Amino acid sequence: MEGLRELYQELILDHKRHPRNFRVIADATAAVEGHNPLCGDHLWLYVKVEGDRIADVAFQGEGCAISTASASLLTESLQGQSVAEAERLLQEVIALLTEGKGSAEALGKLGVLAGVRDFPSRVKCAMLAWRTLEAALAGKGTPSVTTE
Amino acid sequence: MGEMHAAERSRLWSPERVRGDFPALSLKINGFPLSYLDNAATTQKPKVVIERLAYFYAHENANIHRGVHRLAELATAAYEGARERVRRFVNARSVEEIVFVRGTTEAINLVAASLGTLWQRGDEVVVSAMEHHANIVPWQLLAERQGIGVRVLPMNEAGELEVEKLPELLTPRTRLVAVTHVSNVLGTMNPIAEIVRMAHAAGALVLVDGAQAVSHLAAVDVQALGADFYCFSGHKMFAPTGIGVLYGRQELLAEMPPYQGGGDMIRTVSFAGSTFADPPYRFEAGTPPIAEAVGLGCAIDYLAQWDRQAAEEYEQELLDYTIARLRAVPGVRVLGSPQRRIGVVSFTLAGVHAHDLGTVLDRYGVAIRVGHHCAMPVMDFYRVPATARVSLAMYNTFEEIDQMVMALEEARRLLG
Ligand SMILES: Cc1ncc(COP(=O)(O)O)c(C=O)c1O
Repeated sequence: MEGLRELYQELILDHKRHPRNFRVIADATAAVEGHNPLCGDHLWLYVKVEGDRIADVAFQGEGCAISTASASLLTESLQGQSVAEAERLLQEVIALLTEGKGSAEALGKLGVLAGVRDFPSRVKCAMLAWRTLEAALAGKGTPSVTTE
Repeated sequence: MGEMHAAERSRLWSPERVRGDFPALSLKINGFPLSYLDNAATTQKPKVVIERLAYFYAHENANIHRGVHRLAELATAAYEGARERVRRFVNARSVEEIVFVRGTTEAINLVAASLGTLWQRGDEVVVSAMEHHANIVPWQLLAERQGIGVRVLPMNEAGELEVEKLPELLTPRTRLVAVTHVSNVLGTMNPIAEIVRMAHAAGALVLVDGAQAVSHLAAVDVQALGADFYCFSGHKMFAPTGIGVLYGRQELLAEMPPYQGGGDMIRTVSFAGSTFADPPYRFEAGTPPIAEAVGLGCAIDYLAQWDRQAAEEYEQELLDYTIARLRAVPGVRVLGSPQRRIGVVSFTLAGVHAHDLGTVLDRYGVAIRVGHHCAMPVMDFYRVPATARVSLAMYNTFEEIDQMVMALEEARRLLG
């Protein structure tokens, strides 16, 4: 089935089956809870910032293939990056997923998330981890984020 | 499979008799014929109902109860005619017992807000463990506002209420038991008459959420059930959105204060104070959804022309078939196994989140509901974040279930 394979690409399925950085960071500088009340997707994102670098980033939670893979890909791509680079990626992913702006290719692996564009009801699944990251980078302590 | 189905089918009912009446049922979705299995969320509408709305606006449109002109009389007659149809539909004693509201949610909020003002701090309500949020949150709001206690009637793993525990929960302070007729997640049909007997013996009233019952059962008889209040939504029984019904026993409605203030619900208004109209008008402030009420009356007429007993039996066969097919899919877990299940079944598929399942099924033209179904306590009970739910109507076919199961197998291959 055409559309389905674009949404559930191998990379997405791989991250869904084997989520990367799926753990707690005990000494995280930010731990933010993200929640999608519509479908019950729920995650905790842990970020440990040292100076201007993301020394460690991880997540835990329960969700659909899209939200799990999105969170997993997020942690993988931000590991060891500068905070400024993380901010830039965040903005690009948000623009791509919510407005269809920018190019999926330029985002490398993360470009795979653009498959949700053809599934409007699933955009918020892909966005959950990124909205949670947004709150974490904004340094809002331990707030709750929802994609509703 | 077609032949086997023909043999299994109730001889008295064929969905083909009605399918042609529902324009949406011939839609194609992603190149597949639509298999609409989300009837618990809302049913599709027959052409007669759709056309009735257009006819009202084209030929009878006016405000009601406030005009001597011809159209106002036609509109009022159509609206009040719908009330009489609803009365007959649930076998209420009089039309004064039928209050038009927006839906089940508003009906329950109305009772909580209005009846609740007559209660004292420390009074209690009992709510069942399998309620829709619409039959939980209004009582919690009342609890916060007025210090009313909320107790929960538990359920068991089979998805049945532990009705034998109800007497322990009923105290001299229990004012009302709020319970659903049919669960919107599990399909469980609850023993309302028995619950009513227990509650009444303890001096408590019973409010029944009938949202998932009215479109499936051959008949709903509020007098036989003994319910003090019975609530349902038009849109779940082939009628328009925006219209629903609160049935309340006349003696109770007569005692209850207004829910909202405005036009139509008053007798006299002065700045010294106002006096209120009798039920049902006391509870229908402002211009109601007139065309929608007329549409509900039309949907009731539409249902009345069918052998509803045969339709109920057919739906039961189709539900049994659905559950048998689901159970045969490796990794499927069907929630609950109540003795009496009506129209609805929820399940999970190992390794596949319900949301992904919904997306895959949609690609094959199959519409189901995924998520928590506005019943988070039921999700918590079964320790699942979300489920997939198939919900039937009299127009669904065995072939649609086959299509659903085929897509389910596909989801398992792709994502499992
Ligand atoms: C059992 C039950 N109660 C209440 C409701 C709420 O109905 P409405 O949204 O029409 O007010 C629903 C609908 O989802 C339901 O299934």
